[in-house]
Amino acid sequence: MLSTDSDILRAAEDWRRQGREVALATVVQTWGSAPRPVGANLVIDQEGNFLGSVSGGCVEGAVVTEALDVIESGKPKMLEFGVADETAWKVGLSCGGTIRVFVEKVE
Amino acid sequence: MQLDILTTLNAERAARRAAIVVTHVPSGQQRLVKAAEINKDPLRAVLAEHLRSGKSGMEETAEGEVFLTVYVPAPQLVITGAVHISQVLAPVGKLLGYDVTIVDPRTAFASIERFPDVKVIAEWPDKALPSLNVDHYTAFVALTHDPKIDDPALIHALARDCFYIGALGSRKTHARRVERLKQQGLSDAAIARIHAPIGLDINAATPAEIAVAIMAQITQRLREEAEAEAAPAPIKAVS
Repeated sequence: MLSTDSDILRAAEDWRRQGREVALATVVQTWGSAPRPVGANLVIDQEGNFLGSVSGGCVEGAVVTEALDVIESGKPKMLEFGVADETAWKVGLSCGGTIRVFVEKVE
Repeated sequence: MQLDILTTLNAERAARRAAIVVTHVPSGQQRLVKAAEINKDPLRAVLAEHLRSGKSGMEETAEGEVFLTVYVPAPQLVITGAVHISQVLAPVGKLLGYDVTIVDPRTAFASIERFPDVKVIAEWPDKALPSLNVDHYTAFVALTHDPKIDDPALIHALARDCFYIGALGSRKTHARRVERLKQQGLSDAAIARIHAPIGLDINAATPAEIAVAIMAQITQRLREEAEAEAAPAPIKAVS
Protein backbone atom coordinates (compact mmCIF):
# COMPACT_ATOMS: atom_id res chain seq x y z
CA MET A 1 0.00 0.00 0.00
CA LEU A 2 0.99 3.60 -0.47
CA SER A 3 2.12 5.47 2.61
CA THR A 4 -0.46 8.13 3.25
CA ASP A 5 0.25 11.07 5.51
CA SER A 6 -1.90 9.55 8.23
CA ASP A 7 0.26 6.40 8.21
CA ILE A 8 3.29 8.58 8.79
CA LEU A 9 1.80 10.36 11.81
CA ARG A 10 0.56 7.03 13.11
CA ALA A 11 4.08 5.63 12.73
CA ALA A 12 5.53 8.64 14.56
CA GLU A 13 3.23 7.93 17.48
CA ASP A 14 3.83 4.16 17.44
CA TRP A 15 7.61 4.51 17.18
CA ARG A 16 7.70 6.94 20.11
CA ARG A 17 5.51 4.62 22.22
CA GLN A 18 7.91 1.78 21.46
CA GLY A 19 10.58 3.89 23.12
CA ARG A 20 12.36 4.97 19.96
CA GLU A 21 13.70 8.51 19.68
CA VAL A 22 11.70 10.22 16.95
CA ALA A 23 11.84 13.40 14.91
CA LEU A 24 9.16 14.76 12.60
CA ALA A 25 10.03 16.83 9.50
CA THR A 26 7.35 18.96 7.81
CA VAL A 27 7.51 20.94 4.57
CA VAL A 28 6.47 24.45 5.67
CA GLN A 29 7.11 26.53 2.56
CA THR A 30 7.82 25.95 -1.12
CA TRP A 31 8.80 28.24 -3.98
CA GLY A 32 8.79 27.34 -7.62
CA SER A 33 8.22 23.75 -8.58
CA ALA A 34 8.55 21.58 -5.49
CA PRO A 35 7.71 17.90 -5.57
CA ARG A 36 5.89 17.66 -2.25
CA PRO A 37 3.23 20.04 -0.94
CA VAL A 38 3.38 22.18 2.17
CA GLY A 39 2.38 19.97 5.10
CA ALA A 40 4.09 16.81 3.79
CA ASN A 41 5.75 14.80 6.59
CA LEU A 42 8.80 12.62 7.09
CA VAL A 43 9.32 10.72 10.32
CA ILE A 44 12.82 9.66 11.39
CA ASP A 45 14.12 7.57 14.30
CA GLN A 46 17.46 7.71 16.09
CA GLU A 47 18.91 5.00 13.85
CA GLY A 48 18.08 6.88 10.68
CA ASN A 49 15.04 4.78 9.73
CA PHE A 50 12.48 6.96 8.02
CA LEU A 51 9.00 6.91 6.49
CA GLY A 52 7.31 9.44 4.21
CA SER A 53 8.92 12.11 2.08
CA VAL A 54 9.49 15.85 1.91
CA SER A 55 10.97 16.09 -1.57
CA GLY A 56 10.46 12.86 -3.47
CA GLY A 57 13.98 11.74 -2.65
CA CYS A 58 16.20 14.75 -3.44
CA VAL A 59 17.01 15.96 0.05
CA GLU A 60 15.78 13.19 2.36
CA GLY A 61 19.35 12.15 3.18
CA ALA A 62 20.24 15.62 4.43
CA VAL A 63 16.98 15.94 6.36
CA VAL A 64 17.63 12.60 8.09
CA THR A 65 21.13 13.76 9.10
CA GLU A 66 19.75 16.99 10.53
CA ALA A 67 16.95 15.08 12.25
CA LEU A 68 19.53 12.97 14.13
CA ASP A 69 20.94 16.27 15.46
CA VAL A 70 17.49 17.43 16.49
CA ILE A 71 16.85 14.13 18.28
CA GLU A 72 20.11 14.58 20.18
CA SER A 73 19.71 18.27 21.07
CA GLY A 74 15.91 18.37 21.41
CA LYS A 75 15.95 21.74 19.65
CA PRO A 76 13.83 22.24 16.50
CA LYS A 77 15.50 23.39 13.27
CA MET A 78 14.36 25.16 10.13
CA LEU A 79 16.14 23.86 7.01
CA GLU A 80 16.12 25.35 3.57
CA PHE A 81 17.00 23.59 0.32
CA GLY A 82 17.14 24.98 -3.17
CA VAL A 83 19.28 25.60 -6.22
CA ALA A 84 19.80 29.24 -5.20
CA ASP A 85 21.32 28.17 -1.91
CA GLU A 86 24.45 26.27 -2.88
CA THR A 87 26.67 27.60 -0.13
CA ALA A 88 24.51 26.31 2.68
CA TRP A 89 23.83 22.88 1.30
CA LYS A 90 25.60 20.43 -0.94
CA VAL A 91 22.29 18.94 -1.98
CA GLY A 92 19.68 20.63 -4.10
CA LEU A 93 16.37 20.04 -5.75
CA SER A 94 16.76 18.97 -9.36
CA CYS A 95 13.34 20.42 -10.14
CA GLY A 96 14.66 23.93 -9.47
CA GLY A 97 12.34 24.63 -6.54
CA THR A 98 13.15 25.72 -3.03
CA ILE A 99 11.67 24.24 0.14
CA ARG A 100 11.79 25.03 3.85
CA VAL A 101 11.53 22.07 6.18
CA PHE A 102 10.79 22.27 9.92
CA VAL A 103 12.36 19.45 11.92
CA GLU A 104 11.25 18.83 15.51
CA LYS A 105 11.63 16.11 18.10
CA VAL A 106 8.60 14.11 19.25
CA GLU A 107 8.85 14.51 23.03
CA MET B 1 5.84 17.91 18.93
CA GLN B 2 4.52 16.71 22.28
CA LEU B 3 3.39 13.09 22.20
CA ASP B 4 -0.03 14.04 23.64
CA ILE B 5 -0.61 16.49 20.75
CA LEU B 6 0.34 13.77 18.26
CA THR B 7 -1.94 11.26 20.00
CA THR B 8 -4.93 13.62 19.99
CA LEU B 9 -4.24 14.52 16.36
CA ASN B 10 -4.19 10.85 15.31
CA ALA B 11 -7.47 10.26 17.21
CA GLU B 12 -9.14 13.21 15.45
CA ARG B 13 -7.94 11.95 12.09
CA ALA B 14 -9.22 8.45 12.80
CA ALA B 15 -12.65 9.93 13.59
CA ARG B 16 -12.64 11.90 10.29
CA ARG B 17 -12.51 15.27 12.05
CA ALA B 18 -10.31 18.11 10.82
CA ALA B 19 -7.67 19.75 13.04
CA ILE B 20 -4.85 22.27 12.74
CA VAL B 21 -1.44 22.20 14.44
CA VAL B 22 -0.23 25.75 15.11
CA THR B 23 3.57 26.01 15.38
CA HIS B 24 5.09 29.28 16.58
CA VAL B 25 8.18 29.38 14.37
CA PRO B 26 10.56 31.47 16.53
CA SER B 27 10.01 29.34 19.68
CA GLY B 28 8.88 26.02 18.21
CA GLN B 29 5.89 26.02 20.62
CA GLN B 30 2.81 24.20 19.40
CA ARG B 31 -0.86 23.75 20.06
CA LEU B 32 -3.55 21.60 18.46
CA VAL B 33 -6.81 23.27 17.48
CA LYS B 34 -9.71 20.95 16.68
CA ALA B 35 -12.03 22.11 13.90
CA ALA B 36 -14.93 22.35 16.36
CA GLU B 37 -12.92 24.59 18.69
CA ILE B 38 -11.54 27.10 16.20
CA ASN B 39 -13.86 29.87 17.41
CA LYS B 40 -12.18 29.80 20.83
CA ASP B 41 -8.71 30.37 19.38
CA PRO B 42 -7.12 33.84 19.16
CA LEU B 43 -6.16 33.15 15.53
CA ARG B 44 -9.67 31.97 14.60
CA ALA B 45 -10.01 34.06 11.42
CA VAL B 46 -6.83 32.78 9.79
CA LEU B 47 -7.43 29.23 11.08
CA ALA B 48 -10.94 29.19 9.59
CA GLU B 49 -9.56 30.32 6.25
CA HIS B 50 -6.97 27.52 6.22
CA LEU B 51 -9.54 24.95 7.28
CA ARG B 52 -11.78 25.96 4.37
CA SER B 53 -9.00 25.59 1.83
CA GLY B 54 -7.50 22.50 3.50
CA LYS B 55 -4.05 24.02 2.86
CA SER B 56 -1.16 24.18 5.28
CA GLY B 57 0.99 27.30 5.26
CA MET B 58 3.06 29.99 6.93
CA GLU B 59 1.26 33.05 8.32
CA GLU B 60 2.40 36.35 9.84
CA THR B 61 0.13 36.96 12.85
CA ALA B 62 -0.11 39.01 16.03
CA GLU B 63 1.66 36.09 17.74
CA GLY B 64 4.52 36.30 15.23
CA GLU B 65 5.33 33.90 12.40
CA VAL B 66 3.31 30.71 12.71
CA PHE B 67 3.12 27.59 10.61
CA LEU B 68 -0.32 25.99 10.29
CA THR B 69 -0.41 22.28 9.47
CA VAL B 70 -3.94 21.58 8.34
CA TYR B 71 -5.19 18.02 8.66
CA VAL B 72 -8.44 17.29 6.87
CA PRO B 73 -9.89 13.78 6.62
CA ALA B 74 -8.65 11.48 3.87
CA PRO B 75 -11.17 11.49 1.05
CA GLN B 76 -13.63 8.64 1.19
CA LEU B 77 -15.53 7.01 -1.65
CA VAL B 78 -19.02 5.69 -0.94
CA ILE B 79 -20.70 3.58 -3.61
CA THR B 80 -24.24 2.22 -3.72
CA GLY B 81 -24.30 -0.97 -5.75
CA ALA B 82 -22.04 -4.00 -5.35
CA VAL B 83 -22.03 -4.28 -9.13
CA HIS B 84 -19.53 -5.10 -11.85
CA ILE B 85 -18.25 -1.50 -12.13
CA SER B 86 -17.71 -1.40 -8.35
CA GLN B 87 -15.42 -4.42 -8.56
CA VAL B 88 -12.93 -2.20 -10.39
CA LEU B 89 -13.90 1.18 -8.93
CA ALA B 90 -13.30 0.06 -5.33
CA PRO B 91 -9.69 -1.13 -5.77
CA VAL B 92 -8.82 1.83 -8.03
CA GLY B 93 -10.25 4.21 -5.42
CA LYS B 94 -8.16 2.50 -2.75
CA LEU B 95 -5.00 2.88 -4.82
CA LEU B 96 -5.72 6.60 -5.11
CA GLY B 97 -5.89 6.88 -1.30
CA TYR B 98 -9.65 6.82 -0.71
CA ASP B 99 -11.37 4.96 2.12
CA VAL B 100 -13.88 2.93 0.11
CA THR B 101 -17.27 1.62 1.27
CA ILE B 102 -19.90 -0.15 -0.82
CA VAL B 103 -23.54 -0.17 0.28
CA ASP B 104 -25.97 -2.67 -1.25
CA PRO B 105 -28.92 -4.30 0.56
CA ARG B 106 -29.09 -7.07 -2.06
CA THR B 107 -27.05 -9.73 -0.29
CA ALA B 108 -26.53 -11.77 -3.46
CA PHE B 109 -24.50 -8.86 -4.83
CA ALA B 110 -22.80 -7.73 -1.66
CA SER B 111 -20.80 -10.89 -1.00
CA ILE B 112 -17.30 -11.07 0.39
CA GLU B 113 -16.18 -13.31 -2.48
CA ARG B 114 -16.98 -10.61 -5.00
CA PHE B 115 -15.30 -7.88 -2.94
CA PRO B 116 -12.24 -9.09 -1.07
CA ASP B 117 -10.51 -6.31 0.91
CA VAL B 118 -13.39 -3.83 0.53
CA LYS B 119 -15.80 -2.71 3.23
CA VAL B 120 -19.23 -3.84 2.03
CA ILE B 121 -22.39 -3.07 4.02
CA ALA B 122 -25.40 -5.24 3.09
CA GLU B 123 -28.00 -2.75 4.33
CA TRP B 124 -30.36 -0.15 2.90
CA PRO B 125 -28.81 3.32 2.57
CA ASP B 126 -30.95 4.82 5.35
CA LYS B 127 -29.44 2.23 7.74
CA ALA B 128 -25.88 2.18 6.35
CA LEU B 129 -25.09 5.79 5.45
CA PRO B 130 -25.47 7.64 8.79
CA SER B 131 -22.64 5.64 10.37
CA LEU B 132 -20.24 6.47 7.50
CA ASN B 133 -19.94 10.19 8.32
CA VAL B 134 -20.60 11.14 4.72
CA ASP B 135 -19.19 14.68 4.51
CA HIS B 136 -17.58 17.23 2.21
CA TYR B 137 -14.48 15.01 1.96
CA THR B 138 -16.61 12.26 0.43
CA ALA B 139 -17.17 11.28 -3.19
CA PHE B 140 -20.53 9.53 -3.63
CA VAL B 141 -21.37 7.26 -6.57
CA ALA B 142 -24.78 5.65 -7.21
CA LEU B 143 -24.51 2.55 -9.40
CA THR B 144 -27.47 0.24 -8.65
CA HIS B 145 -29.91 1.54 -11.30
CA ASP B 146 -32.57 0.94 -8.64
CA PRO B 147 -34.34 4.14 -7.50
CA LYS B 148 -35.28 2.51 -4.18
CA ILE B 149 -31.58 2.29 -3.35
CA ASP B 150 -29.97 5.14 -5.31
CA ASP B 151 -32.49 7.95 -4.72
CA PRO B 152 -32.38 8.07 -0.90
CA ALA B 153 -28.60 7.74 -1.03
CA LEU B 154 -28.33 10.64 -3.50
CA ILE B 155 -30.54 12.80 -1.28
CA HIS B 156 -28.28 11.96 1.68
CA ALA B 157 -25.13 12.79 -0.33
CA LEU B 158 -26.57 16.15 -1.44
CA ALA B 159 -27.57 17.03 2.12
CA ARG B 160 -24.05 16.22 3.33
CA ASP B 161 -22.43 18.35 0.59
CA CYS B 162 -20.20 15.64 -0.88
CA PHE B 163 -17.51 17.16 -3.11
CA TYR B 164 -18.49 14.77 -5.89
CA ILE B 165 -21.83 13.11 -6.59
CA GLY B 166 -22.40 10.91 -9.61
CA ALA B 167 -25.16 8.57 -10.74
CA LEU B 168 -25.08 5.85 -13.37
CA GLY B 169 -27.69 5.91 -16.12
CA SER B 170 -28.42 7.21 -19.59
CA ARG B 171 -29.75 10.72 -20.20
CA LYS B 172 -33.27 9.22 -20.28
CA THR B 173 -32.79 7.38 -16.99
CA HIS B 174 -31.38 10.52 -15.45
CA ALA B 175 -34.30 12.66 -16.70
CA ARG B 176 -36.68 10.31 -14.86
CA ARG B 177 -34.45 10.51 -11.79
CA VAL B 178 -34.53 14.32 -11.92
CA GLU B 179 -38.34 14.23 -11.96
CA ARG B 180 -38.43 11.92 -8.92
CA LEU B 181 -35.96 14.06 -6.97
CA LYS B 182 -37.96 17.21 -7.77
CA GLN B 183 -41.08 15.53 -6.43
CA GLN B 184 -39.11 14.87 -3.24
CA GLY B 185 -38.61 18.63 -2.95
CA LEU B 186 -35.00 18.97 -4.14
CA SER B 187 -34.05 22.22 -5.84
CA ASP B 188 -32.77 22.43 -9.42
CA ALA B 189 -29.44 23.72 -8.09
CA ALA B 190 -29.04 20.68 -5.84
CA ILE B 191 -29.99 18.23 -8.59
CA ALA B 192 -27.58 19.96 -11.00
CA ARG B 193 -24.72 18.90 -8.68
CA ILE B 194 -25.24 15.26 -9.73
CA HIS B 195 -22.87 14.15 -12.49
CA ALA B 196 -24.98 12.17 -14.95
CA PRO B 197 -24.30 10.48 -17.26
CA ILE B 198 -21.48 9.57 -14.91
CA GLY B 199 -17.76 9.76 -15.66
CA LEU B 200 -15.49 11.68 -18.02
CA ASP B 201 -16.40 11.15 -21.65
CA ILE B 202 -13.67 8.75 -22.77
CA ASN B 203 -15.98 6.45 -24.74
CA ALA B 204 -15.77 3.89 -21.97
CA ALA B 205 -17.41 0.61 -22.98
CA THR B 206 -16.59 -2.09 -20.41
CA PRO B 207 -17.40 -1.91 -16.69
CA ALA B 208 -13.68 -1.47 -15.96
CA GLU B 209 -13.41 1.42 -18.40
CA ILE B 210 -16.48 3.06 -16.89
CA ALA B 211 -14.84 2.74 -13.48
CA VAL B 212 -11.76 4.54 -14.83
CA ALA B 213 -13.96 7.30 -16.31
CA ILE B 214 -15.72 7.74 -12.95
CA MET B 215 -12.48 7.83 -10.98
CA ALA B 216 -11.01 10.36 -13.43
CA GLN B 217 -14.04 12.62 -12.98
CA ILE B 218 -13.79 12.34 -9.18
CA THR B 219 -10.10 13.29 -9.40
CA GLN B 220 -10.93 16.24 -11.64
CA ARG B 221 -13.52 17.54 -9.14
CA LEU B 222 -11.17 17.06 -6.20
CA ARG B 223 -8.38 19.00 -7.89
CA GLU B 224 -10.60 21.73 -9.35
CA GLU B 225 -11.88 22.41 -5.88
CA ALA B 226 -8.40 22.47 -4.36
CA GLU B 227 -7.30 24.89 -7.09
CA ALA B 228 -10.28 27.19 -6.62
CA GLU B 229 -9.84 27.36 -2.87
CA ALA B 230 -6.08 27.72 -2.83
CA ALA B 231 -4.80 31.00 -1.46
CA PRO B 232 -2.37 32.83 -3.75
CA ALA B 233 1.12 31.42 -3.18
CA PRO B 234 3.52 33.71 -1.33
CA ILE B 235 5.99 35.37 -3.66
CA LYS B 236 9.25 36.00 -1.86
CA ALA B 237 12.83 36.24 -2.97
CA VAL B 238 15.14 33.59 -1.59
CA SER B 239 18.40 35.08 -0.41
